[in-house]
Amino acid sequence: MDTFFGVPAPALIGQVVIGLINGAFYSLMSLGLAIIFGMLHVVNFAHGAQYMMGGFVAWGLLEYFGLSYWWALLIVPMVMGLVGMLMERLLLRHLYNVDHVYALLLTLGVSLLLEGAFRLKFGISGQPYPNPMSGGLDVAISFIPWYRLWVIAVALGVCLGTWYFIERTKLGSYLRAANENPNLVRTFGINVPRMLMLTYAFGVALAGFSGVMAAPIYQVSPHMGANLIIVVFAVVVIGGMGSILGSILTGFGLGLLEGLTKLFAPDYAGIVIFIVMILTLAFRPNGLFGRAE
Amino acid sequence: MDTKNIVLNVNGIEVIYNHVILVLKGVSLQVPEQGIVAILGGKGAGKTTTLRAVVGLLGRRSGRIEVAGQPTEGMPPEAIAHLGVAWCPEERGIFASLSTEENLLLPPVLKPGGLSLEEIYTLFPNLAQRRKSQGTKLSGGEQQMLAIARILRTGAKLLLLDECTEGLAPIIVHKIGEVIRTLRERGFTVLMVEQNFRFASALADRFYVIEEGAVVEQFRREDIAGRREEIEKLLGL
Repeated sequence: MDTFFGVPAPALIGQVVIGLINGAFYSLMSLGLAIIFGMLHVVNFAHGAQYMMGGFVAWGLLEYFGLSYWWALLIVPMVMGLVGMLMERLLLRHLYNVDHVYALLLTLGVSLLLEGAFRLKFGISGQPYPNPMSGGLDVAISFIPWYRLWVIAVALGVCLGTWYFIERTKLGSYLRAANENPNLVRTFGINVPRMLMLTYAFGVALAGFSGVMAAPIYQVSPHMGANLIIVVFAVVVIGGMGSILGSILTGFGLGLLEGLTKLFAPDYAGIVIFIVMILTLAFRPNGLFGRAE
Repeated sequence: MDTKNIVLNVNGIEVIYNHVILVLKGVSLQVPEQGIVAILGGKGAGKTTTLRAVVGLLGRRSGRIEVAGQPTEGMPPEAIAHLGVAWCPEERGIFASLSTEENLLLPPVLKPGGLSLEEIYTLFPNLAQRRKSQGTKLSGGEQQMLAIARILRTGAKLLLLDECTEGLAPIIVHKIGEVIRTLRERGFTVLMVEQNFRFASALADRFYVIEEGAVVEQFRREDIAGRREEIEKLLGL
């Protein structure tokens, strides 16, 4: 059997795929956080709960309305976008002029409230969600399910599409300009408050979308977001708060690193991301891709 | 002054900062169509605050502001922009994340009648040469020109220019003066805040002197010759 540094090739391929899958979720989630932080300067602690809600809405669509995964992929981001709009308009908007800590505490509170409510309603054991794609790809002597490849491809596509939108389009230039000097952009006749609302809605929709993508792989459970969000925050800190490309690259990179650590130093797999975070904070406090304020 | 052609009418605006300090104590001024009006006065007198009140960036103020006959009370800045007002802030506000041309093309066209990109590049040939450079990599003078050029495309006819000569070399100041004259010929109206009286006196038709948040003197260009000593003393020149 082929080996690589003493590790059998199928195990290596398996861990690379798992690493990329985790990386796909880290990227999608940290991208949403980075956009929200970049534009609104809000550390959105509710991101994990919104991801969990996305999973539950997908599950509910199937359970109560018989709507499949593909419908969920379309409907959930819209529903969660609406949730985001309401949250921005009713809650966050009133906190832009006070210290950022208030918005952080608010979103943390919302997150605890949502997770508590879902736990009350659905209990702590997860709800299974069927895999929409059967079969897989035989690579040498390992087997990669189609759905996992789909998740990696879609996450990459969504991340790059978002990056292109923000960095290369006219509307994206409004966002970047409003990030630098919102008041001046308003005097150009651009409705910045509405743009902030839509940005938050987009970030929340992205979390919901990730929740749908995750449902067939992990179970849909009230804690799914809380488990993920801590790692995602570490990814955001390593990539640099507010950096779009940074959060995408760091997400995939750290997913891979985590996967490979499982092979070469299994004891450290659970903490390797946090070790990188501590090193980043010590030597590059603005993150690998962040700009100094 | 013929009130029919007043594009900007500021009447008795008061602005209170932090519920305590009165920053503007009833400032009133009028800007006629195609006129050039200068607000003079020292640092901290309330000149910039007056412009910020006109573009709607001060949440709370009393008094009345009318742009093209329409009161702007309660209107957000993005709605006031649609009335045809554009603001060039003192700090210029060039976006670091955008190139020169992206900075130029950023403000959307809100009304017909603005200059085309070609016309802007004819007016500011330097900007054409540096169109691909990052906005904040331009020299101070080029950044100032970019900040003015950027608001000429939008169709706004009332331009608020805040200290547009500050810290610039005399040759650039001269160039900006020429541009402002050309703009007036093209139908623009200018309200400028200036500390450079020599520059303003060669351009403006009407002057308001603001001190500690109140208009303490107003005069026309034709008054300057007869009252030069008195005016210079007032301005501390």
